[in-house]
Amino acid sequence: MSSPAAGWARDWDEDGLDTDEMVVNVGPQHPATHGVLRLELRTDGEIVRAARPHIGYLHRCFEKHAENVDYPGVMPYADRMDYVASMGNTLGFALTVERLMGIDPSPYVQTIRVLMAELQRIASHAVAVGTYTMDIGAFTPFLHLLRDREKILDLFEWTCGARLLYNYNWVGGVSHDLPDGFIRAARDFLREFDSVTFPELLDLVIHNRIFVKRLANVGVCPPELAISYDLTGPNLRGSGLPRDLRKDAPYTSYQQYDFEVAVGAGQYGPVGSCYDRNWVRVVEMRESSKIVHQALDRLETMEKADVHETVPKRVKPPKGEIYFRSEAPRGQLGFYLVSDGGITPYRLKVKSPCFTAMSAFHRLARGMMLADVIALVGSLDIVLGEIDR
Amino acid sequence: MEATYAILVRWFPALAGWPTWAVVLLSAGLPALVLFHFMALMPLVYVYAERKVSAFMQDRLGPMRVGPYGVLQTVADAIKLLFKEAVFPRGVDRKLFVIAPLLVNVGAFLPFVVIPWGARLQPADLNVGIFYVSAISALSTVGLIMAGWASNNKYALFGAMRSAAQIVSYEIPSLLIILVPVMIVGSLSLQDLVLAQQGGLSRWFLFRYFPLMPVAFVIFFVAALAETNRAPFDIPEAESELVAGFHTEYSGFFFSLFFLAEYTEMFVVSAVASVLFLGGYLAPLPMLQQIGPIALGSFQLGPIALGWFWLWFKAWVLVFVMMWLRWTVPRARVDQLMYIAWKVLLPISLGLVLVVGALVLRRSTANGFSWDRWFGWPLTLLVVGFLFAVMVRALLWNRSRGRELGASGSPSPVQVWR
Repeated sequence: MSSPAAGWARDWDEDGLDTDEMVVNVGPQHPATHGVLRLELRTDGEIVRAARPHIGYLHRCFEKHAENVDYPGVMPYADRMDYVASMGNTLGFALTVERLMGIDPSPYVQTIRVLMAELQRIASHAVAVGTYTMDIGAFTPFLHLLRDREKILDLFEWTCGARLLYNYNWVGGVSHDLPDGFIRAARDFLREFDSVTFPELLDLVIHNRIFVKRLANVGVCPPELAISYDLTGPNLRGSGLPRDLRKDAPYTSYQQYDFEVAVGAGQYGPVGSCYDRNWVRVVEMRESSKIVHQALDRLETMEKADVHETVPKRVKPPKGEIYFRSEAPRGQLGFYLVSDGGITPYRLKVKSPCFTAMSAFHRLARGMMLADVIALVGSLDIVLGEIDR
Repeated sequence: MEATYAILVRWFPALAGWPTWAVVLLSAGLPALVLFHFMALMPLVYVYAERKVSAFMQDRLGPMRVGPYGVLQTVADAIKLLFKEAVFPRGVDRKLFVIAPLLVNVGAFLPFVVIPWGARLQPADLNVGIFYVSAISALSTVGLIMAGWASNNKYALFGAMRSAAQIVSYEIPSLLIILVPVMIVGSLSLQDLVLAQQGGLSRWFLFRYFPLMPVAFVIFFVAALAETNRAPFDIPEAESELVAGFHTEYSGFFFSLFFLAEYTEMFVVSAVASVLFLGGYLAPLPMLQQIGPIALGSFQLGPIALGWFWLWFKAWVLVFVMMWLRWTVPRARVDQLMYIAWKVLLPISLGLVLVVGALVLRRSTANGFSWDRWFGWPLTLLVVGFLFAVMVRALLWNRSRGRELGASGSPSPVQVWR
């Protein structure tokens, strides 16, 4: 017999009513794995008894590459780690090198960086929430959110010519100044996002009864577990802990901006569920929009400055090491950089938020329904480019 | 068949002398052929409609390239699917793999035998009509399970098991609800069911027994959604979980057969729902039942019966509702689906059967409550008015949004630059 359940049929004959566990491979080519993740699920009917994630399908030797190219050359590779939120990666790396070299960019550059990072955060969360609704089975919100992401990408493209991998943050500055009219275009976008997309998203999806019922009690991650598995970013805040590096250890003058740290509220069930993790991302979009508004206000009153002013002719940090972390859209992105005084990093190690989020997966997935596993993967919001690097 | 025979004999008097088998074959085969082609080509229109509906809901245009407004897109797709290679993966049980989509189509198409398009426009008026419909459409479940098992694919197997569980569960409330109109009429024939609703909108079963029948209709519609594997109950082919469920391994022609069956089933359940609750081929006002006769000088046109149009129209409205639902709501989980079937729909439909059964037995309420005459019409007006208001509001919102976006005068700098 050639069917997958041939083993079952044999057991049936021998032992009466007996069932066996079935191993299901979800991925690496599967519509719900957000890249090339492979999940090995041991299922008993619809129940998942054990889950094991397999990563590494997108390994590109980022860290080894970084040892062989000069510091500006690392930037494009850093872009390619979390390709959904490239601005966050390069910002983190640029800040790391700047700290080591003791460069302090002008307030103008810092404001542009905040502006770009937060626009990128909105775009990234739009993808995260959009694909998540698609995981749950609703197609329409995905396209509505991607429509708004496109507008952000338009702004990026207008500024630096690239739509996905920008190479925008440089050590000591940014690659291009904002074009004329950028502020107005950004405000046009925000006006539409704040008044149309965001309320629509809340009304139609986030408070939708089926959506809530699917997620409110699923994949609950209590705060202790979140801490012990080193979850960061929205995944940690979804468990109810208001930890955000933009508040706790501000960089790029984040302390001057007024925004709130979104935490999982547990409106519909226990705190830390898939719903809460998604909820944090939704609220963060609104908070990022607030920050972008403030950054635009600053830019309006600010004197234009040379964005290349503090860019060193030759990036050659002194001998030493540094660990610096920043709040990327997916959580704390840390760079551990060792310099031997040359023009290439001696060693670069990345602490990836998605990687640590994935480490909690097997624990959370145990005993779930098959459909909930998909919901869990989506709620952790992983990008395989960053896990595998 | 008799009607066809009469017409054929009128046109070709020589036919009366033919042997019986030839006459039967001709007078039964001809309408069957016409109907089958009508039904088999309809999914082209549904798919186009679905793609356009989804596109408009998702702020995009949908197919626009092939033909004006992309009307020929589905034709092109169908041709592409027919000419594509049908891949048989290794380990597939070939016989079952081929039979399964055919069986699914049998279940989807055979109900058309009893659907009445007019007082005489019905292939066969079986006296067990509605029973026949539910029995024969359950056949497609066998096809789905067969497809899942034969595919030698775990996702397909998951999809098949889910679909079996789902359809078996939802058959029960839907059958119980079918009992309600059947009890009122006292017949299983679809023709009798329709004729019992004669006399305009207020006599349709949807508007009788005011609070009860609308509930019954909603339950029937929900169960129909689940039986046709449409969202939010599309778990057997949940693409984010099971890739494509039971038809994961199918390609080319056999895949298109599954596609055909899904859309045909949508139309069948909608047509059955309109027969049971919305008066079938009866017009909302008796005067709209036919056009004419119109006298054009010496030539008299008509009367043209419009029954087929009304059934078609009602079924289309329901199909559109299904499409809206699919592109609006997320998918329910398996256990939630079972919960809805067994703990919500089943008790309510059981209660409905008991209550309406008792009401039918009482002489004074045998044909509906006394307030139905007063409630039926306002209810209809309310529903139609509400839908109209929603559409007008959506249109106005669209306009105002367009104006708001264009309000800044010149187009945005980004657009200028691009």
